Amino acid sequence: MLKFIDEYRDKGLCMDIAEKIRAISKRKIKIMEVCGGHTMAIRKNGIHKIIGENIKLISGPGCPVCVTSIEDIDSILALSRIKGLVICTFGDIFNVPGTKGATLAKQRAQGADVRIVYSAKDVVEFAGSERDKNFVFISIGFETTAPTAAAAILQAAEEDLNNFYILSLNKTMPQALKAILEDNRADIDGLICPGHVSTIAGIDMYNFIVDKLRIPCSVTGFEPTDILTSIYILTELVEKNQAKLVNAYKRAVRKHGNEKALSIMDRVFKASDTQWRGLGNIPGSGLLLKDEYLRFDVLHTFKVDKVASIPENECICGDILRGAKIPSECRLFRNICTPSNPRGACMVSSEGSCAAAYRYGD
Amino acid sequence: MSKITLAHGSGGRLTQELIENIFFKHLGNKFLNKNDDSAILPKEVANIAFTTDSFVIKPFFFPGGDIGKLSICGTVNDLAVNGATPKYIGCGFILEEGLDMEDLVKIVESMAHWAKVAGVDIVCGDTKVVEKNSADSIFINTSGIGFLRDGLDLGIGNISVGDRIIVTGNIADHGIALLSKREVFDFESESLSDCAPLNHMLTALTDSVKGIRFMRDATRGGVATTLNEIAKHNNFGIMVEEERVPVSDSARSACELLGLDPMYIANEGKVLIVIDKKSEARALAVLRNNEYGKNAASIGEITQDNPNMVCLRTPLGTTRILGMLTSDPIPRIC
Repeated sequence: MLKFIDEYRDKGLCMDIAEKIRAISKRKIKIMEVCGGHTMAIRKNGIHKIIGENIKLISGPGCPVCVTSIEDIDSILALSRIKGLVICTFGDIFNVPGTKGATLAKQRAQGADVRIVYSAKDVVEFAGSERDKNFVFISIGFETTAPTAAAAILQAAEEDLNNFYILSLNKTMPQALKAILEDNRADIDGLICPGHVSTIAGIDMYNFIVDKLRIPCSVTGFEPTDILTSIYILTELVEKNQAKLVNAYKRAVRKHGNEKALSIMDRVFKASDTQWRGLGNIPGSGLLLKDEYLRFDVLHTFKVDKVASIPENECICGDILRGAKIPSECRLFRNICTPSNPRGACMVSSEGSCAAAYRYGD
Repeated sequence: MSKITLAHGSGGRLTQELIENIFFKHLGNKFLNKNDDSAILPKEVANIAFTTDSFVIKPFFFPGGDIGKLSICGTVNDLAVNGATPKYIGCGFILEEGLDMEDLVKIVESMAHWAKVAGVDIVCGDTKVVEKNSADSIFINTSGIGFLRDGLDLGIGNISVGDRIIVTGNIADHGIALLSKREVFDFESESLSDCAPLNHMLTALTDSVKGIRFMRDATRGGVATTLNEIAKHNNFGIMVEEERVPVSDSARSACELLGLDPMYIANEGKVLIVIDKKSEARALAVLRNNEYGKNAASIGEITQDNPNMVCLRTPLGTTRILGMLTSDPIPRIC
C-alpha cells in the first residue's frame, strides 16, 4: 500500500511542480478547496507555503461535521436523553458543542449510551444482537458516506430489524457549491473539487460551475503531487482566462462516478431542503428517507423536544465555511476556542479549517 | 473455567489461596515471601527514585504484550529515564468479579517474566475484588523504587540550544496494535506493541556516553506530546525533521488508513533523549546495539527560534507547528 502513496509524495516531483506554479503565476488569485481532506493535506505538508505569494488557498464547507447546524446538533443531544435509545456516531461529532456547550461526551458521562462507530454497518450488527435496545445511527457526511448509510438501511430492512434507526443529516455537494460560488463575498478564481465525493458522484455536477460561473475546476486526489498538480492546472487556466473542468484524479474518479453506490443511495434517499451552518437553508441539498423506508427514520418514531438553539455569539464559523474569512480573523480563535475547548464546529472536527489552522499554523 | 468471585477479596480462605497459589507462586522472592504488612528493604547509600503508575488497558491481552508486562515495564521505564536502576516493585490489583482465573494467571506469569528480565523484585502487593461492572476486568497499579546512579545529572534544565534529540526506535506501534484489536476497528495489522523494559539499554547508554541532558519515555500522546512537554518549560524551541522519524511500514499504513498521525500515537518502549551534539553518534551506536534500540534515530534539535514551540520540517521543506495532543486520536469520518 505504501508504495502507492509514496509515489505521490515524491519530494523532487513536488518541488518541480511548485516551481512551475510559481513561474506561471502572474497575478493574485484565490483557489478554494471544499474537502476537509484537502484542507488537512495542504496544511500538513505546507503546500500553501511553496506555491508563491500570488496564490491564496482558502477552505470552503468541506467538512460534514462543520456544516451540521446547531439545531441538528441539539436534536442529536435530545435523542441522547431518550431512555433505551443508543446513539451511534462517528467520532468527530462526539465533542461538537450544541446550545450552552452540551456535547455527546458530556451526555455519556451522565449515563447516556453513546457509542463511537466506524461504519453504519456496525450499528446494524448492534441492533441485531441487542434486541432489547433501540439504536440510532447519526448519519453525517456527503456523497462519500451516504451510500454506506443507505446500504445499512437496506440490510436492516432485509433483516426486518425494528430497533435500528438513522438520523439523516446527510448533505450533497452541488447545491452547496452553487450557493457559495454565486455568493460574491468569497470571490473564487478556481476550485479544487473534492476527490472522494467525485469518486461516488462523478464529475458532471461541476459542469455548471464551469459553464455558468466561468470558474475552472480540477478534481483532485489527496497526496501532495495531486494537490500541486491541480493548483498548477487551475493557475494556468486562470492565467489564460479559460474555464474548464479537468479530472486530475483519474486513478479514482470516473466521469459518471460509482453507479452502484449512486443507485443504492437513490433507492433509499430523496432530496430535501436542509440547513447548513454558515450557509443557511439550501434547497435540495439534504437527503431524507423515501416513504418505504420512513420507519427507519428516528424522528418518525421518537419525539424530540425542540429547544431554542443558540449559536455561540462571537463564533465566525459561518463566514469561514463560506470562505469569506480565515480562522485567525476570529476573536475566539486560539485564545478561547481550542481543540480541547471548541466553541465552533470548525475547531471540533479534526478536518475543520480552524482545527487545521490551530494544529498546523497559518 | 474458574472465575474470580467476591470471596477472593474477602480476606478469608479463598483470598489466602489466591495469594499463595497465584501471586506467591509466580512472583515470590525473599522479600515478598515474608508476607509482612510492609517489605523491609536493605539500606543503600544512593538517592532513591520512587514512582507509581496505574494500568487500565483495554484489551488487556494485546499484540506484543499484556497488562502484566505493561505494569512492570511502565514503572521500570519511569525509573530508568531518570537515571535510576530499578530495584523494587509494589503492586496493587483491582479485579472485577467474573475475571477468568486463567487470564489472571497468565497476567501474573507475564509480570514474573518481565520482572526477571528487568532485574526487579516484586516485594509487596495487594488485591481487591469489586462487584461486576464496578471495574473493567483488571486494573493494576505498580509503584517502583530505584537507585540513582552516580555521576548522572539529568533534567530539563540542562538542555541547551544546539542539543540533539534522539528517539530510541520506531514510533506508534503500541497505539496501533491496540487500536487494531478494539472491537469497533478490528483491522488486520502486523504492528506489535513496543512495550519493553528499557532499563538495561539506558544503563548501557548512560554508562558509556557523556553529554546526556534529559530522557523521557514518549507514552500517552506520543512523541509530539512529550516534545511539547520538553519545550514548554524552557526558553527554547524544538525542530523535528519529519523524514527522520522512524515509523514501521505497518504502523504507517494503519495511520494512513485511519487518518491518524503517528507522532501522536502512544508508545510503551520508546524514549526521547536530549543529548549534546558531540555525543550524538556515539549514543546512536550504543542504542542500535541493543534489541530495543536498533531503529534509534536522531530526529531533531533544540533551537533558539520559536521558543516554547515544537516545529516540524515536512518532507517538502516547509515547517509547521507540532502541537500537543488535544483529545483522543479518533479516526476521521471521510
